Amino acid sequence: MSITYLEAIREAQARALAEDPRVFIYGQDVGAFGGAFKATKNLAQEFPGRVIDAPISEDAIVGAAIGAAVEGMRPIIEMQFADFSTPGFNQIVNHAATLYWRTQVPCPITIRLPSGGTSGSGPFHSQSMETLYAHYPGLIVMTPATVEDAYSMLLEAVALDDPVIFCEHKLLYNHLKAESLPTEAVPVGKARLARPGRDMTIVAYSAMVHEALAVADELASEGTEVEIVDLRSIKPLDTDTVMASVARTGRLLCVGESWPWGGVTAEVVSRVACEGFGLLDAPPQRLNAKDTPVPYHPNLWAAHRPTARSIAAAARRLLRI
Amino acid sequence: MLLARTLDEKFASLYRAGKIHGGVFLGRGQEALSVAVGLNLRKGDVFAPLIRDQAGRLAFGETLLDAARTYLGSALGPMRGRDGNVHRGRPREGYLPMISHLGAMIAVVNGTLLARRFKGVLRTVGATCIGEGATSTGSFHEAINQAAVEKLPLVLVIANNQYAYSTPSSRQFACTSLADRASGYGVDAHSVDGTELAACLSVLAEAVERAREGHGPQMVVARLLRLCGHGEHDDASYVDPRLKASPLGRDCLKVAEQNLLSRQWADAVTIEGWRCEAVHKVEEAVATALREPTPDPYKENWCALASKHLVETHPEV
Ligand SMILES: Cc1ncc(C[n+]2csc(CCOP(=O)(O)OP(=O)(O)O)c2C)c(N)n1
Repeated sequence: MSITYLEAIREAQARALAEDPRVFIYGQDVGAFGGAFKATKNLAQEFPGRVIDAPISEDAIVGAAIGAAVEGMRPIIEMQFADFSTPGFNQIVNHAATLYWRTQVPCPITIRLPSGGTSGSGPFHSQSMETLYAHYPGLIVMTPATVEDAYSMLLEAVALDDPVIFCEHKLLYNHLKAESLPTEAVPVGKARLARPGRDMTIVAYSAMVHEALAVADELASEGTEVEIVDLRSIKPLDTDTVMASVARTGRLLCVGESWPWGGVTAEVVSRVACEGFGLLDAPPQRLNAKDTPVPYHPNLWAAHRPTARSIAAAARRLLRI
Repeated sequence: MLLARTLDEKFASLYRAGKIHGGVFLGRGQEALSVAVGLNLRKGDVFAPLIRDQAGRLAFGETLLDAARTYLGSALGPMRGRDGNVHRGRPREGYLPMISHLGAMIAVVNGTLLARRFKGVLRTVGATCIGEGATSTGSFHEAINQAAVEKLPLVLVIANNQYAYSTPSSRQFACTSLADRASGYGVDAHSVDGTELAACLSVLAEAVERAREGHGPQMVVARLLRLCGHGEHDDASYVDPRLKASPLGRDCLKVAEQNLLSRQWADAVTIEGWRCEAVHKVEEAVATALREPTPDPYKENWCALASKHLVETHPEV
């Protein structure tokens, strides 16, 4: 048997619906149609009345999820694309994120964001929104890079008592496969050593983990051992695992698919610089997408985001310092 | 209408042949409504079309080449490969390029009309099209209310094509007709059978004229059926066959042709001649766009600011 990242997301939702009567799914075209990407395929048939088509009303979708959560439900929201979460932004960051802090009443909602760039998708169907949401106190932001994590972290997201922004990468949906679903999982908040190495650390998350792994293979053939840390969740961010890796390698390159101003890579670099300056043998480096909207044409798109090629170039530069 | 249908069909076949990156979105079944919007606008008016408005775009003055270049990713097109497919326009010519976020264009049209008021430019109107699904957005409500409060010459055309992607209208709104909402906003309403070209032309003529004459926003609601998938990736198997068989499911292009023939305004040979001419023009535009260079990442300036001197440099990607 083999299972894709997308199927793992579907299976996690099926299990959450089966095991917890408080769970329901709400989003555009998630019902009989099974969602724009088929992440809720057949769930409406298997769980009648609990997988509900929403109007094109992201603000009201999130608002209703918050209300249901107050009543003790555990809604899973599917945004059709991460980009379309912005009309719901107000409810997410000002309402869901503040509720527990203001009232001690938890807000256990999971918001699934089909994220990241795919070729030909253009500026409004390609965005990575994790940085924006991570900035707000009161939200947890997950960025699974593997089939196993897509499954176990989504289940954990539903079980957690806080609002979770679940960034699932569209590029991984059908490409990434695993033999089976995991039976145990690393807890949320812990990063994963995706590959051990002693010469430098690449910190990545989501689809960029796979670009980094390709770089590690390439550099291994040149005799360089790259260690790769997969952050898994960017909030909370597992500084300890990053720091332990940098302590071993002395060199840090942090890679992210979103824009260069601020963001996850800046956060990682600043933490390492502040807390582990002495561990570094070279200035910490970061690599992000270019500072423009995500372009439509594949020629431009491929040059806009970091790829194994540009990461390898950055890694070689860092090794020479 | 015929030209738009021909162009749409060409894009669909290019998509199936793997020649188009990303999605293709057709206006099949909505050409009568869309063309009526474009034809009733004048130079100097503002138009913000949406995904099913190839007919309105051409009628408003878009060239076949602009459309072909954008779909085929030519570096010479108005969007230069930065944006694609239906996300195209020429803002300086009053032709606004849509963003994907539904409902977002209406307030922007409002803004162009407010600006014209400031500048003393009179008797221009702004029109925008939207699907029934997008009437569920907060943006829609905010913008139509804004236009009503400001009494702007806005023509808001809603194509109720019965489905928003897979979601039927019954999951989008609970009123009998969206036109019923107009009085709540304090704007005029017009309803029209979107499968009848003549009806669309006269209703849009009236709506545009009333807006131009200072009667404030005009809401036009058309009944029709989307005669294609949401995009070309979608087989639309969820569409109720009873709707397809109903008068809503009529193909506006065929209805228009029938009308021409029965009134003897054109004979079959003439119509066939128009069809050949349309195919010829479309093939020519597509062939040109296909010959042109695609965008070169090394020539791109990778700059999202007009203030070039304020652009920051970041480590090379
Ligand atoms: C704010 C927002 N949410 C979700 C989407 C995704 N989406 C694109 S088209 C579409 C359906 C649109 O239906 P409708 O407005 O009825 O227009 P139609 O496609 O039927 O012409 C959806 C949900 C979007 N573009 N914008």
